[in-house]
Amino acid sequence: MATIRIAAPDTASRGEIIELKALIQHPMETGYRSGPDGKAIEQDIIKSFEVTYDGETVFEAELKPGIAANPILTFYTRATASGPIAFTWTGQNGETWSETHELTVE
Amino acid sequence: MTATGKTPLIIARRAFLLTGAAGLVAASLPLGAVADAADADAAIREIFGDKPLNEGRVTVDLPPIAENGNSVAITISAESPMTRKNHVTRMAIISPRNPVAEVALFKLGARAGKAEVSTRIRMAGTQRIRAVAEMSDGTLWHGSASTVVTLAACLIG
Repeated sequence: MATIRIAAPDTASRGEIIELKALIQHPMETGYRSGPDGKAIEQDIIKSFEVTYDGETVFEAELKPGIAANPILTFYTRATASGPIAFTWTGQNGETWSETHELTVE
Repeated sequence: MTATGKTPLIIARRAFLLTGAAGLVAASLPLGAVADAADADAAIREIFGDKPLNEGRVTVDLPPIAENGNSVAITISAESPMTRKNHVTRMAIISPRNPVAEVALFKLGARAGKAEVSTRIRMAGTQRIRAVAEMSDGTLWHGSASTVVTLAACLIG
């Protein structure tokens, strides 16, 4: 299980623009490197990342091998209502990792 | 690239600098898969179509010098009021020198609040990284910034 770190405020006022940071532990193996035996190391990357909040997708990312290992993304959303913000990563072989963060809007 | 593969490339680069023998460098590039400016343009066209690319409104923040091309902090942002009617729909990071020119594509909505994304990217050498933003009215905007990479990704484990 990959380690996931989310940095997001627990509370926000309605209409406020909040910063969300999401990091996942993953090698993001490019497929362009070779191992000590000279053989190419197979590509293994996270392909997509999606964030839903209040029943709506608020941020999506398509990642390519050019993204560094342990991908971190910092982005913003407008606080509208209390509820879970769900973060989902999908790997190239269909594996998924998820995490949710509860936000209270006052 | 393994440690043993590193040496010939460096020698070839020096030879290139001394003699200007372009063929030498082309022959020694790993995998022959390094994209160039034309590939970057092609990648932008593939993502966003043939609409005109306007200069401005997009800012790319990169350090002027990166010691390690494996992880370079980048922030791309676009000027936009981010309202229901007028917001940024997509933003892309394009690298002219990486094996795959497209580094990332972000999809935003009116609720993003702010058209700004930060991440960390790999850079296969010194280059000018480009960013394109598509607005909800369909217009495309372009910005770029360059970084000198002293140790490129791909060459190191």
